[in-house]
Amino acid sequence: MHYLFPAAEVNALKEYVMGNAALALGALSAGVGLVAGYPGTPSSEIIETVSKYPHAGVHVEWSVNEKAALEVAAAAAYSGVRALVTMKQMGLNVASDPLMCVSYVGVKGGLVVVSADDPGPISSQTEQDSRRFADYCRIPVFDPASPEEAFQMVQDAFELSEKYSTPVILRPTTRVCHAYASIEVPETYAPKEAEGFVKDSKKWVIFPRLSYLNHGKIEARNTEIASLVSGYGYNSIEGSAGEKAVIASGVSYAYVKECLKGHPEVRLVRVATAFPFPEEFMLKALSGVKEALCFEELSPYIEEQLLKLAGKYGLNVRVRGKLDNSLPHNGEYSVELCASALSRFLGIELGLEQIDISDAPALPVRPPVLCAGCPHRASFYAVKRAMQGKKAVFCGDIGCYTLGNAMPLDMVDTCLCMGAGITMAQGFYHTDKDSVCFAFVGDSTFFASGMTGVANALYNEADIVLIVLDNSTTAMTGHQPHPGTGRNMMGNVVDVISIESVLKGMGVKTVLTVDPLEHEAAVEAVKTCAAQKGVKAIVFRSPCIALSKPKGKCLVDADKCIGCKKCVRELGCPALTVKDGKVFIDRNLCTGCALCAKVCPANAIGGEAHE
Amino acid sequence: MNKDILICGVGGQGTVLASKIIAAAAMDEGNSVHSAETISMAQRGGSVTSHVRIGENVFSPLIPFGSADLLLAFEPAEAVRSLKYLKPEGTAVVNTSATMPVTESLRASGYDGKNMAEYLKTKCACIFVNSDEVCAPFGSNKFFNIILLGIAVGSGKLGISEETMLKQIAQRVPPRFVEVNRQAFEAGLKIGKG
Repeated sequence: MHYLFPAAEVNALKEYVMGNAALALGALSAGVGLVAGYPGTPSSEIIETVSKYPHAGVHVEWSVNEKAALEVAAAAAYSGVRALVTMKQMGLNVASDPLMCVSYVGVKGGLVVVSADDPGPISSQTEQDSRRFADYCRIPVFDPASPEEAFQMVQDAFELSEKYSTPVILRPTTRVCHAYASIEVPETYAPKEAEGFVKDSKKWVIFPRLSYLNHGKIEARNTEIASLVSGYGYNSIEGSAGEKAVIASGVSYAYVKECLKGHPEVRLVRVATAFPFPEEFMLKALSGVKEALCFEELSPYIEEQLLKLAGKYGLNVRVRGKLDNSLPHNGEYSVELCASALSRFLGIELGLEQIDISDAPALPVRPPVLCAGCPHRASFYAVKRAMQGKKAVFCGDIGCYTLGNAMPLDMVDTCLCMGAGITMAQGFYHTDKDSVCFAFVGDSTFFASGMTGVANALYNEADIVLIVLDNSTTAMTGHQPHPGTGRNMMGNVVDVISIESVLKGMGVKTVLTVDPLEHEAAVEAVKTCAAQKGVKAIVFRSPCIALSKPKGKCLVDADKCIGCKKCVRELGCPALTVKDGKVFIDRNLCTGCALCAKVCPANAIGGEAHE
Repeated sequence: MNKDILICGVGGQGTVLASKIIAAAAMDEGNSVHSAETISMAQRGGSVTSHVRIGENVFSPLIPFGSADLLLAFEPAEAVRSLKYLKPEGTAVVNTSATMPVTESLRASGYDGKNMAEYLKTKCACIFVNSDEVCAPFGSNKFFNIILLGIAVGSGKLGISEETMLKQIAQRVPPRFVEVNRQAFEAGLKIGKG
């Protein structure tokens, strides 16, 4: 146990949980009173865990976006309540406005911001590094290497946050979030007592003068925190003194430990608190070291800190890592990548004997695709058919429907960031008035950051066709509710915010609601909207197939199938395959959406009872 | 006991439940366990892997290449893709029924998994099973993950007892499906025991 502050003794239960759950349970153990966030892989299960475990007295919510979540949490923290905010790293971009400001204002109750990074990237647009954000905002960051550590570090993060009245970032990465381990958790949880909001406009209202004064205090405080975390148990030195040291942070530490199992003599320095950088600790760790190799995913943050340290203190140490190409800047690290870099650096042979698969037959590529029966396929196909032969731009957005880019649909021309499809469609319209500019947005994304884009289009007179793909859930991240679903994370049934009413209220004159599986009606709706001026909207509403009961199964009448494969070529449904020249429907995947039946020119596809 | 078990397949095939049951059973027998899942866009029909690491002195959440004692493959090409994880003396349990990716259907490449099975035979000890055939009596391929657990236990390569595994399966499926899952598990045991 390496608690930064002494932990209370509690009756404990052993639980085998995912890293994200460990983090949630750590926050509950710390007496968190408010939890808010927006879904995003790899962070989504944190809030889901809080809602599944006993959490009497804790307010938990999926906010409409990360900025909203952080602002809700900031007020709780101003009131002395411990608050947790969760998001993926892209969400921190959205929340960066309140984060930077709350850093200057400070907090009373602990405020911990979990920003889950995604090296690879596996499910993200960028390989950004939240440790940089911590440095940029001048707030401390913890970097766990395992679910067990995440459980403890979130508790330390709350203590540190309260002691120094600063928000704190906890930065796990995908392999920590989605790893499972046994942790000992308390039997019961209760929010820490809070005093409530005490008005003090000199403290809680950000003004230039206050920012000037607090800026100085923040830098002074960070020097103190750097000194405190220099003694943190997770900032550790292993092995014997020597001229070569291996430096590691986050899950890279776990990979390096795995590689060095048979070599306890190697000097291994682990940095768990990247900012404020634990200088005293690192000076001790580098004593006598002439060459240090840094293992860290995403950006060379610690490597750069070491270079600064060497300059500041005149250390005679060669710092290696990403900046001298000893290790890659991009992509996820692994035991194998670490083993090969360590072998070169240390001059010892590491790594295990493997089966040689260089002579393997060509493997089929298996990119992710829209599920069989996914209503988004029907929506994209309807737009594609309606716009056949016409000049059009299709702006996509973030969600399952980004997969509409794949062949054969090929209906996503752009994807940038949450909500960008709606605004980018406007930019395309203003620069090319001959194109019909479409924006596809999911229901959850619409509420997260789509509405302001619609206002922008109306105000600035853009002609766009807005397609809201409403499957009544946040599907990609694991089916979280949102304001359009009528359920919230407190387990309450609430009024549904109608997307149609929002659009009409803003002034969109044509708002059509169509079931995309009613194919001809869907095509007609698109044609109608494409022919009109101004902002037009179609809400394609059909529930996510993962949440609805299958309608049945479709069957191919092999005698009628002419083997033209039009269904396969037009739709790319994973349930459709070709066997002996005829189309075959995989019963394990088919949901009976019957879109293929509408495409078939030979009328060979029908329902269960089809003869 | 120190054992690494890699489970691979295509998103939606039930790999995650299989990994959770193995982890629970190993812990039930007093072992320390770590595991990791692919939870991402890949769940939409992409290649997925689950890593189960049983025993002490385990650091990496993912199994290192050349370290898995057992490979449980829900799909033949995925078995080949994940073969690098297997120890040279390890065993692979492989479903010979191929899952055709959309990209292959579009190209009409004729991928059917047969060449994958042939290739695997030349590389490691293999137990082959066809999911369509073994699942036929149960009416749905959804039981394949439980059958695969039966094969893994029956083969003796997993080091977990039949009783413990069956207990954990019973705890993780709805009560009315316990009996049919027990039958599926036993069908797997028979195959595993050869």
